Amino acid sequence: MTDPFVHPYIPNTAPKSKAAMLAAVGAASVDEFYADVPAELRLDRPLDLPTPFTAEQDLVRHVEGLLAKNVSTRQRLSFLGAGTYHHYVPAVVDEVINRSEFLTAYAGEPYEDHGRFQALFQYQSLMAELLAMDVVNVPTYDGFQATATALSMAGRMSGRRRVLVASDVLPDKLSKVRDFVRVLLDLEFVDTVDGVADVTGLASRLAEDVAAVWVETPSRTGALEARLQEIADAAHDVGAVLVVGTDPIGYGVLTPPAEQGADIVCGDIQSLGLHQWFGGAHGGFIAVHDDPRFIMEMPSRLFGLATTDVPGEYGFGDVAYDRTSFAQREEGKEWVGTAAALWGIAAGVYLALMGPQGMRDLGEVLLARTRYAQRALAEIPGVALGDRAVHLREFTIDLSGAGLGAADVVDALRAEGIEPGVPVDQHQLLVCVTEMTSQRDIDRLSAELAALAARTGNAAAGASDTDPTDPGATTVSAPILEEQSA
Amino acid sequence: MSLPVAPKPALRRFHQASWDEPIIFELSTPGERGVLVTGIEPGVRDAVGDVVSELPAGLRRQAPPALPEMGQMRVLKHYLRLSQENLGADLNVDIGQGTCTMKYAPKVNEQLIRTPGLTAMHPLQDPADAQGVLEIVWQTERMLAEISGMDEVSLHTQGGSAAIWSNIAMIRAFHEANGEGEQRREVITTIFSHPSNAAAAKAAGYDVITLYPDADGYPDLEALKRALSPRTAAIMVTNPEDTGIYNPAIKEWVDAAHGVGALASYDQANANGILGITRARDAGFDVCHFNLHKTFGTPHACGGPGAGANGVSAALAPFLPGPRVAREGDRFVVREAGEQSIGAVAPFFGVIPNIVRAYSWMMALGAEGLRAVAEIAVLNNNYLMKKVLEIPGASAPYATGRRRIEQVRYSWQDLFEDTGVTSEEIGIRASDFGMHYWTSHHPYVVPQPFTLEPTESYSMAELDEYAAVLAEIAREARDDAETVRTAPHRQTVHHTHHDDLDDPERWAITWRAYQRKYFGDAAA
Repeated sequence: MTDPFVHPYIPNTAPKSKAAMLAAVGAASVDEFYADVPAELRLDRPLDLPTPFTAEQDLVRHVEGLLAKNVSTRQRLSFLGAGTYHHYVPAVVDEVINRSEFLTAYAGEPYEDHGRFQALFQYQSLMAELLAMDVVNVPTYDGFQATATALSMAGRMSGRRRVLVASDVLPDKLSKVRDFVRVLLDLEFVDTVDGVADVTGLASRLAEDVAAVWVETPSRTGALEARLQEIADAAHDVGAVLVVGTDPIGYGVLTPPAEQGADIVCGDIQSLGLHQWFGGAHGGFIAVHDDPRFIMEMPSRLFGLATTDVPGEYGFGDVAYDRTSFAQREEGKEWVGTAAALWGIAAGVYLALMGPQGMRDLGEVLLARTRYAQRALAEIPGVALGDRAVHLREFTIDLSGAGLGAADVVDALRAEGIEPGVPVDQHQLLVCVTEMTSQRDIDRLSAELAALAARTGNAAAGASDTDPTDPGATTVSAPILEEQSA
Repeated sequence: MSLPVAPKPALRRFHQASWDEPIIFELSTPGERGVLVTGIEPGVRDAVGDVVSELPAGLRRQAPPALPEMGQMRVLKHYLRLSQENLGADLNVDIGQGTCTMKYAPKVNEQLIRTPGLTAMHPLQDPADAQGVLEIVWQTERMLAEISGMDEVSLHTQGGSAAIWSNIAMIRAFHEANGEGEQRREVITTIFSHPSNAAAAKAAGYDVITLYPDADGYPDLEALKRALSPRTAAIMVTNPEDTGIYNPAIKEWVDAAHGVGALASYDQANANGILGITRARDAGFDVCHFNLHKTFGTPHACGGPGAGANGVSAALAPFLPGPRVAREGDRFVVREAGEQSIGAVAPFFGVIPNIVRAYSWMMALGAEGLRAVAEIAVLNNNYLMKKVLEIPGASAPYATGRRRIEQVRYSWQDLFEDTGVTSEEIGIRASDFGMHYWTSHHPYVVPQPFTLEPTESYSMAELDEYAAVLAEIAREARDDAETVRTAPHRQTVHHTHHDDLDDPERWAITWRAYQRKYFGDAAA
């Protein structure tokens, strides 16, 4: 370190500048500026922090050294999903969001930040096409927050407290939603059947005091809800709102929920052009129809098109800014703060690169690989699919027939350099495949799992203990899709 | 003969790029592709058949989404043009976004976070494979605990306001655990604390009491004492407040809150000027938060991702969100949240790229560097204040003659009374000089407000330049008000009609809504 202390990040540590500025304001020392901080609150010692790496090259060596301890999914064959997904990120996405002008901008006005407003308006618009909805917000933090907000909107609009949860939800997401909405809403769970909503059971619970029906598709297990329109109709019959949580990745081939009666569609955009980043790159979206009743309940920022003094020029600005907590403070619906705007720009670039055909091709490869993986794994003696629903990207396998615990499988396959999935209970494993998972990768997983099952082979005799009436343990060897469509 | 040296202009001759860039949908050319997707292997296709046509009818999309069709370079060019029409902190003297702590986000950190050793990590991998990132999370928590004086820190939250939410969620859980959840229904805040404190408390179901300052602009201790009662769950305050005034009675505030059994929550979005000077816990606070994208040098990214950090006392530690990273010997492990935890507040471990950036920033500065950050930020602020107050028409309400910490909320009220030119108009005009200046300060307790926060990142010459721009615009307001009123003149776009944005009949929040509203079926 230099003496006196001069740091590259702090230009006015240069002694002459510092002295000139102190002289200009007539202060003897910097300490004068802290006159309002009482002596008893002053820290009378230096902070106890690690010795710094003030030279950039030393910092690089240190941090790279730490990160080199990580073993990434480029080195491990990964079937991990459960909220963070391994999709391909086109190079142009990174190029755009790494631009200084986007990376280091903040909350500028529409004039000097025209590019930010247009890029985010375009994100809203591209998502709107994918989701077949007319209004999409500037990203909120993540899909957890988006869902909690969407349900809160339904509660405020209706003044009702009951929310029927019709799908299997990621536990952490449920944890966040439950704590967030509990002032307004009570969550009631309708058990799923074969991975998807129990439409009959749901209907029997619907009444005039239900604020919302909450459907997740794909669900926690990757199951796609095929009877959304029926659910929407039943919800609407009692004046309830249908809130659909989703991952938009499949809508190049799948019907968007808005076309089947969804009133609010919400979820996470991590799949759309963001790296896994150890779970650190999430953004939430909320989409509604162009209906002021819904829009005025949205707390998020919404960027809209506007005219300018020059005919034909596109201007931008905040739609209904006085809705937000910046204006409302304690009368706000929720707070607005720094959330995930850059991730929205990334998702916009991603959708622009993919286009309609790219999203269709992606949806198809995801469906095909998912189904291939389901079949390959279900062919292993003692291994069964968790349910008979149509799945996108994720599905569960039941290992009880092979006498295997899910955690044991994870431990055993990690030793082979494979992350086989996420245990969801003692015998069920959640397996995720994306376009990054090749046929060879899937074949390797099934071979390793088959070998493991064979090694514990005699335990597989326990398979006969399985209750054949338990749908969670049904071995599905017949084609899945035809059954579902029947 | 040497080239003549041109006289240096007093003010920068700036003009923002203006590409007249269409909305992306207008660039679509049917059949073009921006990126191709990997193919389905023959072995997979043979095994599974045509998965799309076999989808149940209810699941199969009928018409493809109307996304634009563009070649790759066209997409790139479009977005790079938009980037040029944007004024990031790397390009301007970004001190006009007061309360937001716009500072240098070191480039080396950008290189560090882009390694596959971080980007290609899945959060549910074997912790044995994630020792590096887990160590960084743990070490960052420990450093922030030292900086705040708190016992435990969590990095889960995704931004500052999300961290404020976690503060109030933990407070709520604490009172409920003590059987006082029903009794304590009120939260007290101050008008110059960030709006998210009030809004988050409201979202958590509390009645919010907002206190106004005393005649000198300091948070009014007597008003606090009158407002406190056994109904109070917490005080949620910012210090220094958004005026740049440090509350010298902050410990009395905390003690008064504790006196009625309430907790004290510290919004440290404005911590940049007090790093290493004074700590939340030393004033008795029970919970606090930092914004990694403000104080700890991670970029603001057009409004996120940011990252928050929550610090708590030992008594509140059981309520922190989970899972937590813990150290066992020389290994780092993941522990699920305990029974009293408010649970998950966000996916997995928080905004990991920002945590790594903040870690690197702190490791580049150390204790001495952090203190220099605070001291120079405060020096810069008081230097800038002197320059600004020399401009006729500018003032700094409250605490007259006193020093300020890291920012000042100024007022152009005198200039407005003389010329009719508003602070908002001045802010827009500032963009013509390549400077950003924010004009939103709800509620408008300070008339014609503007808030400047110079941070430690700008040199004396840059502060002079910024002050010169403000002085020039103030001069224009007197000599040529029309130029200010009709600004911007050197920007990508011209004066925008905000009426369009507040009318449900006219607002257009997406391209498809715009097409439908303005062009109807003709657009189809």
